Amino acid sequence: MITPSQTVGPFFAHGLPYAGDWEMAPEGHPGAITITGRVLDGAGEPVPDALLELWLGETGTRGVLTREGEGACGFGRCATAPDGTYRFRTARPAGPYGSLLVFARGVLRAVLTRVYLEDVPDPLLDGLEPERRATLLARRDGDVYRFDVRLQGEGETVFLDY
Amino acid sequence: MIHPPNLSSGYRSTILRAPSRPPVPFKADPDTIELTGPVFGHEEVGAPDADLTRQHAGEPIGERIVVTGRVLDEAGRPIRNTLVEVWQANAAGRYAHELDRHPAPLDPNFTGAGRCLTDDEGRYRFVTIKPGAYPWRNHHNAWRPAHIHFSVFGTAFTQRLVTQMYFPGDPLFPFDPIMQSVRDPAARERLVAAFDMDTTEPEWALGYRFDVVLGRTPMEDE
Ligand SMILES: [Fe+2]
Repeated sequence: MITPSQTVGPFFAHGLPYAGDWEMAPEGHPGAITITGRVLDGAGEPVPDALLELWLGETGTRGVLTREGEGACGFGRCATAPDGTYRFRTARPAGPYGSLLVFARGVLRAVLTRVYLEDVPDPLLDGLEPERRATLLARRDGDVYRFDVRLQGEGETVFLDY
Repeated sequence: MIHPPNLSSGYRSTILRAPSRPPVPFKADPDTIELTGPVFGHEEVGAPDADLTRQHAGEPIGERIVVTGRVLDEAGRPIRNTLVEVWQANAAGRYAHELDRHPAPLDPNFTGAGRCLTDDEGRYRFVTIKPGAYPWRNHHNAWRPAHIHFSVFGTAFTQRLVTQMYFPGDPLFPFDPIMQSVRDPAARERLVAAFDMDTTEPEWALGYRFDVVLGRTPMEDE
């Protein structure tokens, strides 16, 4: 039998965040983009104690934990700020999307979603109603992609079964 | 269902944070990035990271313990070189976290965070002190049973697991809505470490064993 999940709780700040965790690509990395947004609860309030993990499919040449080495890394972690915001500086994924896990106090098992940087024909997107599909599409503003996670209620983000 | 349902109303914080819609199944193909996960280098994690009693000038107060176990997949195969992270309260039940308001003493010799990579048999090992129970404000007279938070990666992003390890025989189990959010009693047992005399080191530390079994990837289900 598998081990059940339990919430990350409110006090992960001294255990999980690490220096450079959100900097998957170093400053000035050619073609780097920023993925940023807010995590919101069912009342539309920001979630100040969530932890997000972004995975692009390849570990790359930059250290996951030390952030040493050239190039970029495909894994990042970011705790939300008091206003519920998060950010990642990253190279572009090879495909149209990145995979995003969201942990928080009150979330008993992390929720899994995808951040699509382009609206393309896609087996997952194409199976969703338009307003649900829209929750997975990041809004582009130059090199910045905005993606909010709504845990519950109006505009609730599509979460994946895993 | 082994994992807890996201809405577990006894745990108040779930009420506004649990998604209301069922999760959407996705079909995995070889390009599906959720079937892979980050690979960690041994040079990234040092041996001192796994000994939470040696991260400061002095030794922390509390009952010294060894916590060890294996990270396995559902078929019982070891998961090698995967990252295991732990964090916990000190022996008095206080976290080294600015928002922890529990009026119990901080320990200047204890931060309560560690990490290590599993070996070729999927084994990890931490030296730490036994954390204390602590109160929280979920309901009147609410106390969390002593626990160590665990974060484990596995080989696929869909195997990613954050959980909590409890200590055997804790009288707070039936009163804890977080532990009880796991409905299946046999599944709850998987969260409780076993006291282990073979791990116990004479005249030094009690030993506990806690194996972590990660789920299948969607690809394997097909
Ligand atoms: Fe805790």
